[in-house]
This record gives sequence, C-alpha cells and structure tokens, in this order.
Amino acid sequence: MVDRIVKGLRLIGHRVIDRIWRLGSAARFFLYALVLSGESLRRFHLTIREIYFTGVLSLIIILVSALFVGMVLGLQGYNTLQKYGSSEAIGVLVALSLVRELGPVVTALLFAGRAGTAITAEIGLMKATEQLSAMEMMAVNPIARVVAPRFWAGVISMPLLASLFSMMGVFGGYLVAVPLLGIDDGAFWSQMQASVDFREDVVNGVIKSCVFGVACTIIALFEGYDAPPTAEGVSRATTRTVVNSSLAVLGLDFVLTSFMISV
Amino acid sequence: MNDNLVEINDLSFAYNSRLLHKGINMRFPRGKVVAIMGGSGSGKTTLLRLIGGQLTPSSGHVKVDGRIVHEQSREEIYRMRRKMGMLFQFGALFTDLSVYDNVAFPMREHTNLPESIIRDLVLLKLNAVGLRGARDLMPSELSGGMARRVALARAVALDPAIIMYDEPFAGLDPISMGVIVNLIRSLNDALGATSIVVTHDVHETFSFVDYVYFVSAGVVVAEGTPEDLRASQMPFVHQFVHGEADGPVPFHYTAPDYRQDMLRGANG
Repeated sequence: MVDRIVKGLRLIGHRVIDRIWRLGSAARFFLYALVLSGESLRRFHLTIREIYFTGVLSLIIILVSALFVGMVLGLQGYNTLQKYGSSEAIGVLVALSLVRELGPVVTALLFAGRAGTAITAEIGLMKATEQLSAMEMMAVNPIARVVAPRFWAGVISMPLLASLFSMMGVFGGYLVAVPLLGIDDGAFWSQMQASVDFREDVVNGVIKSCVFGVACTIIALFEGYDAPPTAEGVSRATTRTVVNSSLAVLGLDFVLTSFMISV
Repeated sequence: MNDNLVEINDLSFAYNSRLLHKGINMRFPRGKVVAIMGGSGSGKTTLLRLIGGQLTPSSGHVKVDGRIVHEQSREEIYRMRRKMGMLFQFGALFTDLSVYDNVAFPMREHTNLPESIIRDLVLLKLNAVGLRGARDLMPSELSGGMARRVALARAVALDPAIIMYDEPFAGLDPISMGVIVNLIRSLNDALGATSIVVTHDVHETFSFVDYVYFVSAGVVVAEGTPEDLRASQMPFVHQFVHGEADGPVPFHYTAPDYRQDMLRGANG
C-alpha cells in the first residue's frame, strides 16, 4: 500500500520534472533561435521563401474562414441588437469583435493547424532522415539555417494574416448586414468609424497577433526539432503542436486582454 | 608533418550509460581508404560522429590533423568540418531542394562564389558521379543508388580532405554497389583525400580498401590489410568474413537459460 503511494508520488514528480525540463529546453531553443537570427535577416530571401510557405499558402483558409465568421457575426449580432432597436450598431459589433479578439485568436488557431503542423512535420522528418545532421556535418548550423528563417516567417506572417482576417470578416459582416438585412449603408460604416479606436482596438489586436505569432511558431519549431526521429514520434509531435499552440494562444489571450482592458 | 590525418586514441564513449566503445585506437593515414567493419549496432556510425565532433568522447580523444576535436571551440569544429565530407546512410539529401541545389548548398553556404562559377562546379561534381543529366530532378524522383551518388557529389562539393561514408552500400543493387565502390576509390585518389568507410559488406569492401579495422563489442578485435584478414584464422574475423550465423558473435541475444525460461512460463 505504502509502496503504491510512493510509486504514485514518484510518477507525479517525474512527470512534473519532465515537463519543466522540456519547458526549459524550449526556452533555450527560443533564445538560441533569436541569437542565431542574424543570417536569416541578412540573407532575407531565406525568410521570404518561408513566408511564402507559412503565410501565403495559409491565405485561402484564413480568408474563407474570416468571411464566414464575419457573416455569422452579422447574423447573430443583428438578431440581438434588433431587440434593443439599435441594429445600425451591427458594424461596430462586427468590427470590434474581429479586431480585438476573433481576428488574432482565430487566425492563430488556424495558423497552428495549417502552418504549425506543416513546420513540425517538416522539421521532424528532416531530423528523422538525417538532413539536420548532414547540415551540421557541412558546418551549417541548422538552427540558423532552418529554424530561424521559419521563426521570422511565422512572426511576420501572423499579424498580416490576422489583419486580413479582420478585414475579410468586416466585409462578411457588411455582406449580411447591408445587402441582406437592409441596414443603412452609411450608418453601418460611420458608426464603425466612430467607435473603433486605432490605438485601443487596432494596435492592441496587432500586438496580440504578434505575440501569438511568436508562440505558435516557436512551439511548432521546437516540437519538430525535439521529436523522436521515428514516424510515431513525428506524428505525436504534430499533435502536440496543435494542442500546445491552441492552449498557449487562449491562455495568452486572457493575459494580454486583462492588461489591455483599462479598468 | 604527421602521416595520420585522423587518429583515434584510447577512445571510450558511453551512450545512455551503456559503454559503446572501450578504448579504441585507430589510425587513418593520408591518402588511404580505411574501412571500419563490424556488426550492426557495434557503434561504427558513432565513431564517425565522434570524428566529426557531433559527439564528445567519455575519455580518450580523436585527433584530426593533429588537433584534438572535442577541445576545439564550436567555431573551430565548424571550420574543421568544412574540410570533411560525409555521406549519410540514405543520402540525407535536402528533400525541398533539387539535385542541383543540393550539390550547390555547401558552396552557397561557405563561399561567395558568383552563381556562374557555382554552376560550373556543380556540373563538374555531378558529372563525376554520372548524374549531370539529373540536375533538375527532386530527391523524391531518384532511385536509392542515384540519391547516394548525388549525396556523394554534395559531400565532395568543397573538395574535402576527409570523406566519411556511413554504410554506403546499404540497400543497393549489385550494379549501383559497383558504381559506388569505383567512385569512392576514384574520388579519394583524384582529390588526394583520406576516406573512412563504415560498412559491413565484406566482399565489396575488401576489393578496394587499403586497411580494415574490425570492431566488436566496443573494441578493435582485428586489423590489417584485406589480404591479411582474408587469411586470418581468428574466430571472429573468420565468422564475419564468411558470414556464419553463430560463433564468437552469438546468434542469441543475452537471455536466461532456454529450458528454465520455458518452464517458468508454464508455471506462471
């Protein structure tokens, strides 16, 4: 009996230490990627290539999702606002929810699923097929040559994708509100203009998406780099990328929002 | 000048607290092709990684060109590696780059040569392995033997002084094997390089190398020229060269007594 308790406690301790250990190596990995970023910024075509893979190829899913999210917001918002006789405020509702929350958060979640998994699988397979070892033997540091360009590509892509998401979402809301539900065109845009603050809403949203960009990209890169070099290892790492990125994004969103909302 | 480009002195290496090498001594003279042979899992590939400075020995040292590898700074090791070429077991070509870009990779990373000169050099290297015509293919479109040849072209892209081969014959058909054998020998002699071949293909290897080390259970059990070893009466060498299933290297993985084991199963 005592034996079993001791065993159980040991297991918990072991798991906790393991997690902390991994967190530590992830932090070191992050620092290392930052320190060795010089090359990816000097030879910027390396980073641009990765922006194409992470950013440009994510455009379709981001834009289509944004359109639907915006349209749904329009419908739902109209339904509620109408009860209070302020259905013209629909533009404000759509814009604020997108720019402040949905834009950065949904983009980050989609990004983790679309680009993050691709990054993890690619790096995990490069490791499994000894491509990273081969690079090291050629005296090329894989963190500088493979990790850093992907990191910066993710960090640059995310705010741009989130902005496009918000823009497309507003357009989706407009489509539902004005042509479909018959809200006045002028009221829709002018109320939005009057109530969305550049510093408080837009800039804060961009800050959020930058933070999410760093978090999602570094998680994807670390999971790939840390994956056991087997088929099973890479598949697990890919799953972990999505789970950890999503949790990190939602958790960070709460922290950031609580700092940003002035009470 | 020392005659040995690479020396391994009294080297021990433990991996996950399991002692993989126990006091290994090897000499790799300039201009020679030396083979390291041994069964699967005898830590042959690890030796290459120790020479390349990817791993640090537990005791003893590896000397490359008179300098102890694991005492060098990271920059020094990287500088050393520019003089080394390594052919990985399955080529390890960069799957997102074409054949041409794979061979150009080390040149673009380490030199400031203009693209026109890089083109000439890449075609030169690809021609040497007979794949000038395959320059626009992607690694996924190559056969195993072709991938190995492209990887070889990439390994010698910067005219290294040391070329290391990790199981260059694994999984190749006899024709491709013959091609690789010829390439290893001719590249070594043309570049004036020193080659280290890790392998377990006895007959292929004995036909072209200058010297052989046999590794088993973490120690060098035999060494000599291929002629010496073919004639050797040492039980291990005899077993290995003639491919016998049982001998000094046992067929069975360490296990409790067979009879006891079966009986225990019946009772429990």
